[in-house]
Amino acid sequence: MSQDIYVVIEHLRGQVADISYVLCAAARQLAAASGGQVVGVLLGHNVQGLAQDVAVDRLLVMDDPQLADFIPDRYQQALAGLLSAQAPRVTLFGDTSIGAELAGGLSVQLGWPLVSYCRSVRADDGRLLYISQLCGGKVMAEGEIPAPHALLAMVPGGFQAEQGKRTSPPPVETVASAAVGGRITLKQYIEPESGDVDISKEAILVSVGRGIQNADNIEMVQELAAALGGVVSASRPVVDQGWLPTTRLVGKSGKRVKPRLYLALGISGAPEHAEAITDSQTIIAVNTDASAPIFDIARYGTTLDLFDLVPALTEKVRQAKQ
Amino acid sequence: MHIVVPVKLVPDLVEELVIDASGCALDPDTLRLQLNEFDGHAIEQAILLKERGGGQVTVIAPDLEGVDDVLYTAAAKGADRLIKLCDHFGQAVNNHAMARAVAEVIKPLQPDLVLTGVQSHSDLDGSIGPLLAGYLAMPYVGYIAGVTLSDGRATVRKEYPGGLVAELEVTLPAVLGIQAADQPPRYVAFSRIRQAMKSATIEEQTVAALDTSGGPAVARMYKPEVAARATMLDGKPDEVADQLVALFRELGVL
Amino acid sequence: MATATVPPSSATFSKSFYASLHEIPGGEKVRTCLQCGTCNGVCPFGYLMDYPPGKMIAALRAQRFERVTEAETVWMCVSCYACSQVCPVRIPLTAGLMTRAKEELLLAGNIPSELQIALENTQRYGNPLGESPRKRADWAKGVKPRVPIMSEERRPVEVLWFVGDYGSYHPRVQPVSRALANVFNALRIDFGILGAEEVSDGDSQRLAGERGLFEMLAAKNGRAFSQYEFKEIVTGDPHAYNAFKNEYPRLGIAYPVRHYTEFLAERLDALKPLLKHEVNARVTYHDPCYLGRANGVFEAPRQLLSAIPGIELVEMPHNRTTSLCCGGGGGGMWIDGFQWEKAHTRLSEWRVREAMKVGADILAVACPYEAPRFEDATKTVPGAARLIVRDIAELLAEAMGD
Ligand SMILES: Cc1cc2nc3c(=O)[nH]c(=O)nc-3n(C[C@H](O)[C@H](O)[C@H](O)COP(=O)(O)OP(=O)(O)OC[C@H]3O[C@@H](n4cnc5c(N)ncnc54)[C@H](O)[C@@H]3O)c2cc1C
Ligand code: SF4
Ligand code: SF4
Repeated sequence: MSQDIYVVIEHLRGQVADISYVLCAAARQLAAASGGQVVGVLLGHNVQGLAQDVAVDRLLVMDDPQLADFIPDRYQQALAGLLSAQAPRVTLFGDTSIGAELAGGLSVQLGWPLVSYCRSVRADDGRLLYISQLCGGKVMAEGEIPAPHALLAMVPGGFQAEQGKRTSPPPVETVASAAVGGRITLKQYIEPESGDVDISKEAILVSVGRGIQNADNIEMVQELAAALGGVVSASRPVVDQGWLPTTRLVGKSGKRVKPRLYLALGISGAPEHAEAITDSQTIIAVNTDASAPIFDIARYGTTLDLFDLVPALTEKVRQAKQ
Repeated sequence: MHIVVPVKLVPDLVEELVIDASGCALDPDTLRLQLNEFDGHAIEQAILLKERGGGQVTVIAPDLEGVDDVLYTAAAKGADRLIKLCDHFGQAVNNHAMARAVAEVIKPLQPDLVLTGVQSHSDLDGSIGPLLAGYLAMPYVGYIAGVTLSDGRATVRKEYPGGLVAELEVTLPAVLGIQAADQPPRYVAFSRIRQAMKSATIEEQTVAALDTSGGPAVARMYKPEVAARATMLDGKPDEVADQLVALFRELGVL
Repeated sequence: MATATVPPSSATFSKSFYASLHEIPGGEKVRTCLQCGTCNGVCPFGYLMDYPPGKMIAALRAQRFERVTEAETVWMCVSCYACSQVCPVRIPLTAGLMTRAKEELLLAGNIPSELQIALENTQRYGNPLGESPRKRADWAKGVKPRVPIMSEERRPVEVLWFVGDYGSYHPRVQPVSRALANVFNALRIDFGILGAEEVSDGDSQRLAGERGLFEMLAAKNGRAFSQYEFKEIVTGDPHAYNAFKNEYPRLGIAYPVRHYTEFLAERLDALKPLLKHEVNARVTYHDPCYLGRANGVFEAPRQLLSAIPGIELVEMPHNRTTSLCCGGGGGGMWIDGFQWEKAHTRLSEWRVREAMKVGADILAVACPYEAPRFEDATKTVPGAARLIVRDIAELLAEAMGD
């Protein structure tokens, strides 16, 4: 048994996911208390050169053509072999469409307890604690990370991605792959529709949620965005209704965004939405419900009715630009 | 094609959540339960598959407040068999325990496909799908929006952040975590639910003592502090607009 | 839209639907339709409907009714009673034909998603807004003297006040409820409310094709009513009024009911001396479909408005039986987006323009759907921003110096 903290580095098509850095940041905190090392695990094929900036003490690379794409059962088998051999104290996953199912499967296979929706970790008197957000962020649960081994599936919000980066590449060790599977195969990738603006690259986003009520109100927001020189993005209900194209969707099933200004209009700040905007430089929220969770992540807020504020704001911005 | 859909009842967030006297759980007396939203999609997906290719749909739910309504509604939508898991289902039951219990009920049913909601907001020890797949020794794929079936295989569309979709083929039997059914869950007229209450039967199955190992213990439960909240701007729309313009300048976006 | 189940063969379906109309009071009159088309012409959304009432009857006669249930434009019907009002042979077009047609659409799964949400909310929470049933009396916090809740009072009262969904929960209508509570208190009315025991009256859900849900709600309200002693029910919601007056009795739930305007108009002598403050404004009154056309209450609201010192009451061209629907009836309140997509206009805007034309400062209303709808329309109709929308209860409270 070791006191090391393992981090399963998540990546998709040659890009390390931001959550991986959040995991590293959390892992550093845990390792400082457990006295172990932070060990990154990178599964894939032809991945040399990838994840050179993750804040780990060692990076284990399992390179295998079988692992070229994320295939749940193969990845699970490969990790099961490695983890049962190394027996780390805690293994961290993203609570994502990749990490969540690996962590669940491994919890049963290895017989190690699993903590999900983990937002933060801390140490208290040598004990390692998890802090998870439940009920859409309405309650927090805190407790000891089970010993001797545990799996943690983490959501963003508790740590900044920046805290999980390092400037020099970590020492890399190659490990043999034990990937087996066969009941799941990849047929193809289907690209999201493109041709529209890429909201993940925009510096100013004026984002609308269900509070906008109907399609024709979008225009009012478009005017504000135009005045600011930004673009309009949205929460899922707005996209679901067809009021804006899918390319404008911010959130778990849409895009992660990192603008300089994220102006959230009538968005409650549900976790699936909130997690994708935490890298914004400044979030300003307009929501009539003073208890809306969006105010937990926003720097500034107002409970004014967006229908009262937006026209006034558009006018003032236009004046300011003249 | 036999499709089994085990569902979960979770706290309804429309009601105020209250922490109980122990300080480490939600107060069951003030809690109102409701069908996990994603399980509603799982039921819909099962019924869509049955309508397209024939088969049988069995819905399984733990015996908690409101469970009969949930099951009869599923029957009104087209579920064929309703099973209620009785005894031992207090609030403290975690997903590992649920998955073990449900797995025991599912095994003799020999399903071709098990559909679960991809997650629920109260999955402290992981969502139920991958755990269930583990206990049933079936493959699992989650975050699915779109399922088609053909000769012993399911072709599923798995969603990744950013909108990328992977089309995967899974050998049956398998467990799938449904994020969205091919179509939004249908509306079922109340008269149909009432008919189902008269015509459908709910089978009760007693489960053996529950094993909750595999989940963490909760030492403290609390509502997030308000201190970490946004600085609020007050005033009339015009006044707040002025403050915002000043902020925009500070941030360098104007 | 959810999947539509395959409709039965058209002739049989048409016949069985036709037969089902005969079970509705007056429904047999459908046979006497002259195909004069007056109904189609008067319908506010008739120009958008594939099958406005007269055409629907024609489709039935041609045994082509399945085409009607395939056409989603039936959902444009806002159950405003305009067609029923003008039909020369008095066919119950609104409560009968159109509502039965919506029931068939709903059973076939042909239902706008917005409406689905409202109906699911009603099933689960007892109100279409999806608010916590436990918070149904929260609007009354701060009203003095306290608004009595029947389950706490445990004593007979004169008046059981049925507050309704929007009066209980909608942020724009809650102040109307508080105003009415203040008026009741000023008049020393002995009243009580049901609080958390009250559920939606269900009338608009019924007119949106959800009869089963309506019956479930009626049974719940009926059970609550039966537990307490009171002389009559008073409500500010014309939809509830219509349900209690015309529909609940057929389900064995029969109590005397009045709209608050009728109730107060009867107390004008006591009320007048309390109306000390002038409301200097040109006021026009919008007859709610379910108070006016459907139930013939036209004068009481006008008497109350005339009793307020300073008010100059003017009529809009469409008034009393020809009043224009606000667009909220028959489920219209819950399919704003759907109707907008089809019409790119709102009936409420039409009404607001008319109020502007007669030079009104205040558009007075007496239905909880209206203040939110018309206020919304004042924001979209050019130049209408200065039009104030007030419930009569609010104007009375204001005149009392509230
Ligand atoms: C697997 C999964 C993936 C998901 N993916 C995404 C995703 O990618 N993106 C996403 O956004 N969601 C996603 N969701 C859905 C998410 O859970 C929420 O349901 C959604 O984000 C809520 O959107 P909203 O904030 O616009 O609506 P609501 O939660 O309904 O909030 C509307 C807010 O507007 C406020 N409001 C109303 N009127 C006004 C007014 N006049 N002025 C000011 N404020 C007003 C209200 O107070 C309320 O807080 C996902 C869910 C799951 C489980
Ligand atoms: S009730 Fe009104 S909206 Fe419905 S068909 Fe008749 S006139 Fe048209
Ligand atoms: S107004 Fe009456 S008689 Fe004339 S077409 Fe319409 S339903 Fe028939």
